[in-house]
Amino acid sequence: MEIKASSIQIGYGDYIVVKDIDVNLFKGQITSIIGPNGSGKSTVLKALTRLIDCKKGVINLNGENIKNIHNREFAKQVAVLPQIHSAPPDFKVKDLVSYGRVPYQKWYEQNTDEDNKIVEWAMEITGIVDLKNKSINACSGGEAQRVWIATVLAQQPEILFLDEPTTYLDISHQFEMMRLIKKLNQTSNMGIVMVLHDLSHALEVSDRIIVLKGGEKYSEGSPLDVITPKMMKEVYGVNCDIVMQPNRRHPLIVYKELN
Amino acid sequence: MQSKNKKGFLKAVQVSGICLILLCLIFIVSLFSLLLGSAGYGIKDIINLIFYEVENPVAIVFLNLRLPRIVLALIVGMSLSVAGALLQSVMKNPLADPGTIGVSAGAGTAAITILLVFPTLTTSIPIFAFVGAALACLLIYTMAWKGGIDPIRIILSGVAINSVLGAYNAMLQILNSDSLQGVLAFMNGSLSGRSWSQVQTASIYSLIGLVLGFCCIKQANILLLGDDMAKSLGVNVNLSRVFLSAVSAFLAAATVSVVGMIGFVGLVVPHIARILVGSDYKALLPVCTLLGALVLLVADTIGRILISGMEIPVGIVMAVTGGPFFLYMLKKTGEVYGN
Repeated sequence: MEIKASSIQIGYGDYIVVKDIDVNLFKGQITSIIGPNGSGKSTVLKALTRLIDCKKGVINLNGENIKNIHNREFAKQVAVLPQIHSAPPDFKVKDLVSYGRVPYQKWYEQNTDEDNKIVEWAMEITGIVDLKNKSINACSGGEAQRVWIATVLAQQPEILFLDEPTTYLDISHQFEMMRLIKKLNQTSNMGIVMVLHDLSHALEVSDRIIVLKGGEKYSEGSPLDVITPKMMKEVYGVNCDIVMQPNRRHPLIVYKELN
Repeated sequence: MQSKNKKGFLKAVQVSGICLILLCLIFIVSLFSLLLGSAGYGIKDIINLIFYEVENPVAIVFLNLRLPRIVLALIVGMSLSVAGALLQSVMKNPLADPGTIGVSAGAGTAAITILLVFPTLTTSIPIFAFVGAALACLLIYTMAWKGGIDPIRIILSGVAINSVLGAYNAMLQILNSDSLQGVLAFMNGSLSGRSWSQVQTASIYSLIGLVLGFCCIKQANILLLGDDMAKSLGVNVNLSRVFLSAVSAFLAAATVSVVGMIGFVGLVVPHIARILVGSDYKALLPVCTLLGALVLLVADTIGRILISGMEIPVGIVMAVTGGPFFLYMLKKTGEVYGN
């Protein structure tokens, strides 16, 4: 399973956000999209998941234009956790996660035993089984984020898109989220594509990183090839060193002091 | 697993319990409403009516005046509150009611035009009011459409079109200030003097609307999760919005065309229902249906008996009693859906 986007241009009204880029995504890989604010990361993610249309260019899923794929068929293969989501405060966690099964059901159908099993699995892998009868507003920020992840997991997608999954989470929940993403990728061979702000996380969990700058692709490749002092200077305008440490597989980004 | 089933079971019991209580209340209030009125009759008369042949006046009062009115109140209450509940999901806004999408103003414009400019067509007002409501609604949605439907744009375009239609209505009334009797009755929603044939029309439309409404439960819930999330789940958000709005407009237009404008039911009943059973439409919609019926019947009965010899239109009773009660509920629970 693969998603291939060729020379896509995306924008809102007359304003072009993403100029002309190619993106290839594969099942089984963790891909991070990074770049400064306004570089078009979330916009690319939205176009790849059909939340917005491209102005130009084609996006293919397994060789078929995503525009021509039926809504529910698409939702069975590609799931996305948007940055903005909401639920009435009294919705129960389990009910919310069950909505992940919607693509597999007709409008009059209820959860089958099979659906319930998958919902149960999604809650287990995200560690929210204990919360299932709580209402969503009784969950903490970290818990709520895991509930939403469980919801999109219940869709059983081949590729899961996450828009800044760690924003607003404290450092321990950030790590927990990254661990979960790694686990999903390793145990179910799920492809994961995420927009990330934290470069250390991107460096640590990604198989591949795509760097955007001003709506264009700056570079793409393995974390170590992509995250370099030169890229940091040119894309973010930040001076830093990339330092290897003994006992660590992944290097550290050491930023230059402020003064 | 055990506890999950238990919780789900308890919730179902709670909802059915509330529905049962509402049904009992509807029955009791209906009975009261049947007995109360300017011509005083007792339980004995009803029993006589059921079991024996009764001379004409009593039968006429019960069967041809009070009973159709009660049934109509129930139907209108159900339709308006379900219409409101559906629209609140479409708009993701707790302030939405059928007035927001122009149903009241459109029906009003049509009815006022007929009453004041083409009085010979007065008997066809329901048809014209229905068409007027549908056209106003269609106009608002067309104006709001921009590559898709955005709730905020519907509300804004609704405000604009409602104000134009409102101005037209007001102007027509000023120009014809000597013949406003029928207009006032329509504007304030009244159930008085409705016959079985009108009840029949209203019940057919409402039944269709309510069945369609209950088919929308899943869509209504999913729309509450946000547009992007709904799209990600494979739902066609625009189509869902249009369909739910159409069902809601149909229900509201069907009632407005028969009994005139009754505000506030579509706003206040879904809120009380939410406070009772939460915002999941699986529980909300059934409770809304029964609660709406009850609330409108109570309001109409109060309007009928409060001042003897004079009827207060149900629309006015709804607004006067519903407002303070709504505020009380807000203060007491502090829970408002949508924040």
